[in-house]
Amino acid sequence: MTTEAYVFDAVRTPRGKGKKDGALHEVKPVDLVVNLMHALQARNPGLDTAQIDDVVLGIVSPVGDQGAVLPKTAAMKAKWATEVSGVQINRFCASGLEAVNLAAQKVASGWEDLVVAGGVESMSRVPMGSDGGAWAMDPQTNLQTDFITQGIGADLIATIEGFSRDTVDEFAYNSQQKAARAKADGSFSKSIVPVRDMNGIVILAEDEYNRADTTKEGLGKLQPSFLMMGQMGFDGVALQKYHMVEAINHVHTPGNSSGIVDGSSLVLIGSKEAGAKNGLKPRGRILATAITSTDATIMLTGPAPAANKALKKAGLTYKDIDLFEVNEAFASVVLRFMKDTGVPAEKINVNGGSIALGHPLGATGGMILGTVLDELERRGLKRGLCTLCVGAGMGIATIIERV
Amino acid sequence: MTDHIRYEKDSDNIVVLTMDMVGQSANTMNLNYQQAMDSCLDRLEKEEKLAGVVITSAKKTFFAGGDLNDLIKASPEVAEDFMNGTLLVKKQLRRIEKLKAPVVAAINGAALGGGYEICMAANHRIAINDPKTKIGLPEVTLGLLPGAGGVVRLTRKLGLEAAAPFLMEGKQVNPEEAKAARLIEDLATDQADLIAKAKAWCKANPNAVQPWDDSSYKVPGGTPASPGLAMKLPIIPAMLKGKTKGRFPAPEAILSAAVESLQVDFDTAMKVEARYFTSLAIGPVAKNMIKAFFFQLQEISKGGSRPKGFAPHTTKKVGILGAGMMGAGIAYSSAMSGIEVVLKDISQEAADKGKAYSENLLKKRVSKGAMTQEKADKILSLIKPTANADDLAGCDLVIEAVFEKRELKAQVTKEAEAKMLATGVFASNTSSLPITGLAEASVRPANFVGLHFFSPVDKMPLVEIICGKQTSQETLAKALDYVLQIKKTPIVVNDARGFFTTRVIGTYVNEGLGMLQEGIAAASIEMGAAKAGFPVGTLAISDELNLQTMRNIRLAAEADLAAQGIKLPEAGADHVIVKMLELKRAGKAAGAGFYDYPQGGKKTLWPGLKETFGAGTKEIPFDDIQERFLFVQALETVRCFEEGVITSVADANIGSIMGIGYPAWTGGVVQYINQYGLRKFVARAQELANRYGERFNPPALLVEKAEKDEIFE
Repeated sequence: MTTEAYVFDAVRTPRGKGKKDGALHEVKPVDLVVNLMHALQARNPGLDTAQIDDVVLGIVSPVGDQGAVLPKTAAMKAKWATEVSGVQINRFCASGLEAVNLAAQKVASGWEDLVVAGGVESMSRVPMGSDGGAWAMDPQTNLQTDFITQGIGADLIATIEGFSRDTVDEFAYNSQQKAARAKADGSFSKSIVPVRDMNGIVILAEDEYNRADTTKEGLGKLQPSFLMMGQMGFDGVALQKYHMVEAINHVHTPGNSSGIVDGSSLVLIGSKEAGAKNGLKPRGRILATAITSTDATIMLTGPAPAANKALKKAGLTYKDIDLFEVNEAFASVVLRFMKDTGVPAEKINVNGGSIALGHPLGATGGMILGTVLDELERRGLKRGLCTLCVGAGMGIATIIERV
Repeated sequence: MTDHIRYEKDSDNIVVLTMDMVGQSANTMNLNYQQAMDSCLDRLEKEEKLAGVVITSAKKTFFAGGDLNDLIKASPEVAEDFMNGTLLVKKQLRRIEKLKAPVVAAINGAALGGGYEICMAANHRIAINDPKTKIGLPEVTLGLLPGAGGVVRLTRKLGLEAAAPFLMEGKQVNPEEAKAARLIEDLATDQADLIAKAKAWCKANPNAVQPWDDSSYKVPGGTPASPGLAMKLPIIPAMLKGKTKGRFPAPEAILSAAVESLQVDFDTAMKVEARYFTSLAIGPVAKNMIKAFFFQLQEISKGGSRPKGFAPHTTKKVGILGAGMMGAGIAYSSAMSGIEVVLKDISQEAADKGKAYSENLLKKRVSKGAMTQEKADKILSLIKPTANADDLAGCDLVIEAVFEKRELKAQVTKEAEAKMLATGVFASNTSSLPITGLAEASVRPANFVGLHFFSPVDKMPLVEIICGKQTSQETLAKALDYVLQIKKTPIVVNDARGFFTTRVIGTYVNEGLGMLQEGIAAASIEMGAAKAGFPVGTLAISDELNLQTMRNIRLAAEADLAAQGIKLPEAGADHVIVKMLELKRAGKAAGAGFYDYPQGGKKTLWPGLKETFGAGTKEIPFDDIQERFLFVQALETVRCFEEGVITSVADANIGSIMGIGYPAWTGGVVQYINQYGLRKFVARAQELANRYGERFNPPALLVEKAEKDEIFE
């Protein structure tokens, strides 16, 4: 590697409930980003935006409010320098972390020096699936690729691995407990930037999706989310491939799956020189990135292979990693990751995850990178690994080392 | 040139086109039609004051559709020519709907396939309200799609969801139902009314335009861009795959073409449809299905296996011995065709119960409006339940459907033969006992034949006719005539243990049970069968048949063969059955078999299979599971040909699909070999033999044909 890619700062909005009654529903996606852009400038007074080569943002449904290269639009609206460019990328749930990785690769290649990565998703305004696409919507493609929705894959993982409803609910309960503690003790405060309106009035200051009062009994009462669509047809498609399974056990509910939320994240990544020029202090270093893919039908088993790939690239093993952020798209995804890798629960998602906090698709990767960096600093630990399962079987990982 | 279509203009400048193709009993979409219609269109386009066009037929049917003799010749090598030909047909229909005057389809008989596609190119459709007239697009049942614009027009006309049953299932309806479904717009009482209404509509709608040529038209239910449809769209293919298991390309192509057609303009949509149509026409499955369900079924229903030289025979009075499920079903099917039935059992009560079976079925038909009470009463009155053998007097056919016990069958044979007409035919509905042996009890073995019905008789179309050693040709002819008389499909086989169907399906069942013994996961065995296209998996079918029954058949066969000094080899399946019986899991009737049958719940595989047989401890390629099921039956069929048990390819194909659930996409158990390619099939069979046992070794007849590059014909 010619140049090291450093992380200078990471900010995020609080996650707002991704519904009409969510606090961020009234906020345009572009403003979620502009807010954070202003925060980056405020937190880093030496930052000369003219030095920023590019703004790379993950947006999973880049249409309507989120269409037309929102990152460049946001840069213009934030009054950043004319030279700043922008690009929107989509790798489903990995979009945010892909933006981080791409930014790191740009810097590492030496061809760009300072890049803002992250993502945005207003799921309340631009619902999942708004961008259509051949995979789901074109019958020929759908048939030829055995399309099913992620939830069926999550339930298939649970069925194959024998994760019972109690097990996944227990996992969800723990996520809520950890998130509640983290919120209470200020673990998120370093990165969270309250969302303000045009008058500076705070619209949302803290994550609002999590439920500290969640009980195991309450979780146990929720109806399975994917039973009906499974029985309508998706189970059959999965079972025609996973023929050794007689029937899918639908264990995932809204309580043990990631929450639908609105939010945005930005991560400032650059070379040591670019940092020095802008008065930025390196907080972390990207050691390795990885992208891979597994079977698209079970869909959500990508994290372990992606983590393996990144570790190999970095010349590290699981023992060398102090903290893991494994996106809680569904409880079974993280449980399967633990089973695949042997990583103990106490190293994973120590401040809770998407089940408690929500998963603002395009923004999540940038958010969890910030979360793990904050926690490494707080605990005085060295390395963290972020990974997400991704639609169509993909998996992504990033290893960061505190400096 | 216009001989095939008469062109008559009236004083109001309305032209009636009467399709009456010379030398054909029905109008079809062949070259003659195309040329005749082209010249009609040339004339119509030149008419200065054209006020309307009415298209009707001089035949019994309106129009019969495409010519399958041409279609079956399509191959990948001529794909482009084929598609261009398709585009020409579409272009002609487009000319019809672009005429500067209203066009009305005056439907005076069946309008199926291409026939209804012509109707859709008209601005308005009126049909004579004859409930026997069928309207629809049955192409999918032959592995095709309506390629003359049918997918595009019906989807635009009705919307994707409403069009689906007609396009993807080939649903056919009568004129009243067609009107309710918006397939047609109006009904007429007779030909005069039809033409009058058609002309009146032309006068009332001088500026008629097709909806798809009207820019303000909105497709019912919306396009893929409409939120309502968009929400459902991702799961529709999954629902379809649940039915097709990926084995039937036609419904998949239809769904794809229909959705894609809504994404683009009408003329582009036509091109999209043509490409999908071409892909089906040049592919193997349409050929398999056209061969089986059109040509071979036609051959059979024309009496292809009937010996020549005997006058057609009409059965007038049939005696049925044994009023159980089978006997009662045969009685129903016979009475439905107007045959007088004597339904005999050992007690009046048992016989009455058998008649009640028909009563129930008829009641359902009446309540559904499919039959009048009067007709139902008449049919029911044809069945005489009795315990008295004297009532068999005058029967020209007696069918015994008693338990599969030799002594019992011998006894009822003697009893009936003493009472029935001496010239009559005596038939046994045995599913496994050799006919020649049963005929030993007969005083007239030349009149003795096997008529193997399938359960439930009222739903299953197949009857396997078994000729014993002494069965005369005349008896065979009469038996075949009877089967056709009751509107079932006869196949003819020679006598041997299990005949054709039972023997072949036996290999299927054994293969599945053997896999269990090998350690393959039970769910994989069942899904392997489903994915290959079988309607019921081998473990489920065994539970239905009952393992004790299967064991009894096996023991009977063992005993029979032992008497001849032959030892029946033990297979994996036998161990499995014995073990299951030890565990008191005999099947569905016992409430426990390979499946558990929870009260009121869905059956689930018995978890104990893992412990008992190690099921799930071994993995083999999923393709192997599927092909073992397909191959083992195909290979047994070849052996049946070698031994002379079956002689007709059509009978083998149709028998396998209609009798024992061999997948329809294959075109039948012999066509499966043909379409696989014999050399490839032999090589794969040898591979399977090396992996799974010598039953997969290709028989000499197969190897010989492969080496000569022949197929089974």
